[in-house]
Amino acid sequence: MMRANPFEPKIVAFCCHYCAYAAADLAGSMRLQYPTNIRIIRTPCTGKLEVEYFMRAFEYGADGVLVAGCEEGSCHFIEGNLMAKRRVNYARELLSESGLERKRLRMVNISAAMGTVFAETVKDMIETVRKLGPNPVRSDHVNVKQEIHR
Amino acid sequence: MIVAQRKRIPELVEILKGNKRILVLGCGTCVAVCLAGGEREVSIISSALRIASNVQELDFEIGELTIERQCDNVFIEEAAETIEKYDVILSLGCGAGVQAVAERYAEKPVYPGLNTAFIGILEERGLWAEKCAACGSCVLHQYGGICPITRCAKHMLNGPCGGSREDRCEVRPDLSCAWQLIYKRLKGIGQLDRLRKIEQPKNWRMNLDGGCRVIVREDHRI
Ligand code: SF4
Ligand code: SF4
Repeated sequence: MMRANPFEPKIVAFCCHYCAYAAADLAGSMRLQYPTNIRIIRTPCTGKLEVEYFMRAFEYGADGVLVAGCEEGSCHFIEGNLMAKRRVNYARELLSESGLERKRLRMVNISAAMGTVFAETVKDMIETVRKLGPNPVRSDHVNVKQEIHR
Repeated sequence: MIVAQRKRIPELVEILKGNKRILVLGCGTCVAVCLAGGEREVSIISSALRIASNVQELDFEIGELTIERQCDNVFIEEAAETIEKYDVILSLGCGAGVQAVAERYAEKPVYPGLNTAFIGILEERGLWAEKCAACGSCVLHQYGGICPITRCAKHMLNGPCGGSREDRCEVRPDLSCAWQLIYKRLKGIGQLDRLRKIEQPKNWRMNLDGGCRVIVREDHRI
């Protein structure tokens, strides 16, 4: 059967082990349905994420990147999620300078108990990115050459 | 250290347009410490340029390399083999680094990826401030170690100007009045007497006058 919209966004979701990852797990245990377009990468804390992680994800063809950390004030490592927020903002600026929409990168704050919110957030992110269309960066066009010497 | 800031991606694209093989060359010294041109920034700027190249169909092929110090021929030499493979270099070194690389490659364009800003220090996380204007004849001993040339908005050697309010500079209320700082510091170290002396006009010939400054050390020449 033909789909009405053949574009299915690919979303990379960096989820903090202490909250959003557990929320995703909970969404699963609650048998909540959310689209399968999302690829979850568990991180020890969103503070572990650096600007280049987001940039590389887009470079390799992700249509959207979701960063899900703890609610502000309840980071397991005190301020990792606040650092992530600033880095996400910086990366959004860089993406827009490079010609990609800021909305493709989004940070959300979710506690471990928010399984339903997690599923809703994923759906919303996918719809946002679906409206934007595919990432114009074709990963087969990417030529990363890390010159190493010595 | 020398403090610099990245250029925005549209400006870099404008500079690089029409080129194919581009090496983004970082420097592991000052600009790495001020988070503008080290290995991580090379990776970030390269990613952004690759994305821009895809979006705008510019056909860039971008390589990444960071050397220890770009303003030093010894280290540039080590990168020679890699540099040879590229059409142009986008240097993330300071202005001295860009020129040092360019001097070695007479037939290869070397472009600046950063705006070199000043000599300064990291004052707080994510905040750098200028401390020295490289005037060529340091007078810090007279001012308790606080440079009036760099930090007083009017560069006054015999200050204060009289306009400061609540220890703020009248020109830049976001900054402390340098002369307030000098006074407090001299008082603290028991050298307030120094302020009785009228400082004579400074010899600015040691500064940017009649071309770039050169230092020759005969004892080190061969
Ligand atoms: S007096 Fe000159 S050399 Fe000394 S800190 Fe100020 S600008 Fe720099
Ligand atoms: S207020 Fe202080 S720092 Fe500002 S110009 Fe006057 S003397 Fe210089």
